[in-house]
Amino acid sequence: MSKTNNQAAIVGIGQTEFSKDSGRSEQQLAAEAVIAACKDAGINPEEIDGCITYTIDNSDEVDLLRSVGCKELNYTVRLPQGGAANAATLYHAKNAVESGVCDVVVIWRAMNERSQYRFGQPTVSISPDANGSTFIEWCFPFGAQTPATWEALSCGMYLDQYGVTSEDLGNLAVLMRKHAATNPNAWFYKQPITLDDHQNSRWIVKPWLRLLDCCQESDGGVAIIVTRMDKAKDLKQTPARLLSAQYSFLFNHEIISDFYEGDVTRLAFSERVTEKLIADAGIAPKDTDIAMIYDNFTPQVLRQLEGFGYCGLGEAKDYIADGNMELDGKTPLSPNGGLIGEGYIHGMNNITEAVRQIRGTAANQVDNVETAFIASGVAGAILGK
Amino acid sequence: MRPDPILRIDTAFFWEACERGEFVAQKFNCAQEGEACDTLWHPPRPMCPKCHSTEKEVQQLSGLGTVVSWCVAVRPQAFGFEEPPIAALIELDEGLRFVSNIEGVAEEDMQPGIRVQVAFADTSGGKKVPVFKPVSE
Repeated sequence: MSKTNNQAAIVGIGQTEFSKDSGRSEQQLAAEAVIAACKDAGINPEEIDGCITYTIDNSDEVDLLRSVGCKELNYTVRLPQGGAANAATLYHAKNAVESGVCDVVVIWRAMNERSQYRFGQPTVSISPDANGSTFIEWCFPFGAQTPATWEALSCGMYLDQYGVTSEDLGNLAVLMRKHAATNPNAWFYKQPITLDDHQNSRWIVKPWLRLLDCCQESDGGVAIIVTRMDKAKDLKQTPARLLSAQYSFLFNHEIISDFYEGDVTRLAFSERVTEKLIADAGIAPKDTDIAMIYDNFTPQVLRQLEGFGYCGLGEAKDYIADGNMELDGKTPLSPNGGLIGEGYIHGMNNITEAVRQIRGTAANQVDNVETAFIASGVAGAILGK
Repeated sequence: MRPDPILRIDTAFFWEACERGEFVAQKFNCAQEGEACDTLWHPPRPMCPKCHSTEKEVQQLSGLGTVVSWCVAVRPQAFGFEEPPIAALIELDEGLRFVSNIEGVAEEDMQPGIRVQVAFADTSGGKKVPVFKPVSE
């Protein structure tokens, strides 16, 4: 992989605290995170000329510009599919700066999904016409009204077919909380759990999801600055180069309530993204040094591990149990504790962790990180030093 | 009580058929291509993704299917329901998949592979939605 001046890189990361009650508006969280990312990079906010976020976020581009003082945007995009679009933001940012459409892109997410509304509760006011899924119209009248219910229906056949048990899912929850326990930025800092804790946690959705299988409803904001290597050279931080970012939005598929096409025991879009990453970067996700895999619910990680080629179909539960994803394992998984342990800013805090691991500044720093994989189902990105 | 279905321009035909006690799926009249198209689609859509016809037709389904996966929302409980319903993803015999409820099966007896047939349940606003019960032997 050549190091060209034209290559995109993440040069700044910023965030607010992660909490259950931020005490301020989502707009303010967004602005604080963006300014923090600019300061981290050593970039004047006036230089931002592109901005990217994704749906199911209330914070608004116009308000953001008014707060942080950007002068002119040449590029702005709000991606469909909610949190699944998380890693796809890197695909768009990379294309935007490498093509020259813009020079400095900010990607942001800011939510009061616990204190202002309840992201995990039935949403009766949401429009059935949007958000990349049909769940409101085709699930709501049947009492499947929350992300956890759609996840349970979506993963059930996979879990049954491969004999995955609640204890298997618990092993992953224990791992995420173990990593969070030594990360001071994590909501669950100093709060590891045991498998017994997991097994004794209350049911959210029978027969698959206990409380400790679910990410949190978090308040917080995260922002990332992407530019090209020619500009990155003059900035404050070691750039995390975007070696490749890929995206696959497949026919008749949708997000979380993805029931209607193909084999529901495998993630066809993740398999496609893997093929594209290998073709473009010459590196497979499984051959990178750390894995940041979108963990809204524990089963989602198992299916992605298989979809992104870490192991064969049905093997993810054993792959995790065998220690491959521990901090000293083959490919450490989410050393920040992930969305389950650190906070649920819809994957953005997994991108910032990948950048810290590349820089060598993470709380749970893994030795000799040269490359990092970031995944959110329909998209994946590989960062490199 | 169970929430009403949400009728949209492209999907109202489905819920209106339920009012008549009919369980249907969408297909398109592709006759302008010189051959009839028998492909059924769910969720409904305004245009056939194969031939781009917008001439919609409705086909009665057998109402038979097999449980693929199931769940019960424990906390928070489902909005509008007095007792937590069993939600299920059902593979219909025609090949489409459909989310609905399973009635007449105890939670502890639920498992993938149960054969089910359609019935209709009332909603709070006096509408009807399809639910499924075990196939009577």
